[in-house]
Amino acid sequence: MTLVLEQLLNGLQFGVMLFLLAAGLTLIFGIMGVINLAHGSLYMVGAYAAAFAAAQTGSVIIAIFAGLAAAALAGMAMELFVLRRLYARDHLDQVLATFALILIFNQGVTILFGRQPLFVSVPPALNGSVELLPGLIYPVYRLIIIAVGLAVALGLYLLINRTRIGMLVRAGATHREMVRALGVDIRLLYTAVFGLGALLAGLAGLMAGPILAVQVGMGEQILIMTFVVVVIGGVGSIRGAFFGALLVGLVDTSLRAFLPGLLRQVMAGSEADALGAGLASMGIYMLMAVVLLVRPKGLFPANV
Amino acid sequence: MALLALALGLVALPFLVQALGQPALVPLATRVLIYAIAAASLNLALGFGGMVSFGHAAFFGVGGYVVGILYRTYVDDGLFLGLIPGTSQLLITLPAAILVGGLLALLIGALCLRTSGVQFIMITLAFAQMLFFLFVSLKAYGGDDGMTIRRRNELFGLNTRDDITFYFICLAAAVLVFLALWRIIGSRFGMVLAGIRQNERRMAAIGIAPYHYKLAAFVISGMGTGLAGALMANYLRFVSPDMLHWTKSGELMIMVILGGVGTLLGPLFGAAALVILETVLTSWTEHWQLILGPILLLVVLFTQGGLNGLFSRLGIGRSER
Repeated sequence: MTLVLEQLLNGLQFGVMLFLLAAGLTLIFGIMGVINLAHGSLYMVGAYAAAFAAAQTGSVIIAIFAGLAAAALAGMAMELFVLRRLYARDHLDQVLATFALILIFNQGVTILFGRQPLFVSVPPALNGSVELLPGLIYPVYRLIIIAVGLAVALGLYLLINRTRIGMLVRAGATHREMVRALGVDIRLLYTAVFGLGALLAGLAGLMAGPILAVQVGMGEQILIMTFVVVVIGGVGSIRGAFFGALLVGLVDTSLRAFLPGLLRQVMAGSEADALGAGLASMGIYMLMAVVLLVRPKGLFPANV
Repeated sequence: MALLALALGLVALPFLVQALGQPALVPLATRVLIYAIAAASLNLALGFGGMVSFGHAAFFGVGGYVVGILYRTYVDDGLFLGLIPGTSQLLITLPAAILVGGLLALLIGALCLRTSGVQFIMITLAFAQMLFFLFVSLKAYGGDDGMTIRRRNELFGLNTRDDITFYFICLAAAVLVFLALWRIIGSRFGMVLAGIRQNERRMAAIGIAPYHYKLAAFVISGMGTGLAGALMANYLRFVSPDMLHWTKSGELMIMVILGGVGTLLGPLFGAAALVILETVLTSWTEHWQLILGPILLLVVLFTQGGLNGLFSRLGIGRSER
């Protein structure tokens, strides 16, 4: 029982990380209509900047600011110099251009930091475990990640639904031309949204540092899953991104944790492990295929 | 005219590079041809049919695995699934790969074409990823490590191990594929497909069911990509789940976009440019991606219609849209 609860918490933690990335991606896609393959690179930039700052200064606060600032700046630069020219273009041109950006970011980081993955230790203040329930001991750091993710989700909900900027964002996602026609400076809105998305990606990256290895290519691994989340949730919908991320996080984590064990009941150990791992990795893609076949616009379509 | 020069150049190429003392260029050109077949097939769905598939690695990889599994069965003298005897004859493995690629495309396409737009991109990706993980977990066929094919498939007692012989086999396949695509694009079917790409609702209004046309184009596209995969497995004498990875789908897509979406010869230029650039740049520097990235970026930002568009504006070659 405690094992199941622990895996559920792991799934939740992975889910909120995915949400931080998916929120930015879905906004950028929903509002600007840009497929940004390089969103994972912003996650990587955040992780590297935070890891570097932490190694140099030893200060957690400085590391957090470094990660956020680097990701946001990289994102705004990306928007200003490349993507701004591609809004009116075909999706395919955007795919090629952002793929080129991935190559540039990956090689740039390789030249600066080398190929060896960086290992980041958990900040000492958060390096403990708490007993949530009798027998259920869980690391504080992962709880913090869940809390930060949920807080960001709440903040975004308030920002989108309760403020003037949020109103423009919502209007931009559904009726882009109308917003422009009403005299809103859409370029400023675009850069702001892009910066916000990059900031969230950087936040996810810097929090992932102590759990996963900080290495080149970490962005692409998670990018594909983020796209799965965005499509399952419904493109352009923050609410969809939130529930989609939690769903994907929980399904992926629990399949990985439990499927090999279940298969071992019916077949030999090593084969069960290989097949279980394979099937578990297929899980979220099957989930996406089923969701899209039943609801082609995703679970929470933005513009109905 | 330019087409004729291109054809002559491709036939003369192995002898030319031999005379220049650069025999290593023959395998490179073979790789270009194989990728050109795959990219041109993808282009039928992506460029002419408007179906942006991010899952064509599925057909590429499965085509490769057809060769690998048939060869393994042949060596073991067994029956695949207890039914199908193995073989190492190119004249059987290639049609088998085309058939399996087509059947797979029929299955995937029939489901995926219920969606469109970005959802279509993602659901094709989903099916390709499922196959990727399926083959990773199939320990019987090498799993993660893939499997080696000790000898290339046989054809009329030719020495397929010889680089130049294999180059001409691939060239013949490429010529057949490009001729077939040329005929398809110019046919009534091709016209309807172009009409559907431009305005699906209008085509439906004049009494044409878009779904069936799109599905047919998707299946043909899968068949061609399966063929390319089978040739690649023979070329490398190795298949692994790498051929099914989503980055391979991306690579094929990049070749099409780089060469020129919806043009007949664009994918050939795109495949050549990407494969050659990669090879040349890797020999210069370890950080070749830092050069390739900006080149791709410049192509997107400053050329409309990829390399094919650039060539036709410079007056070389011709664009067929």
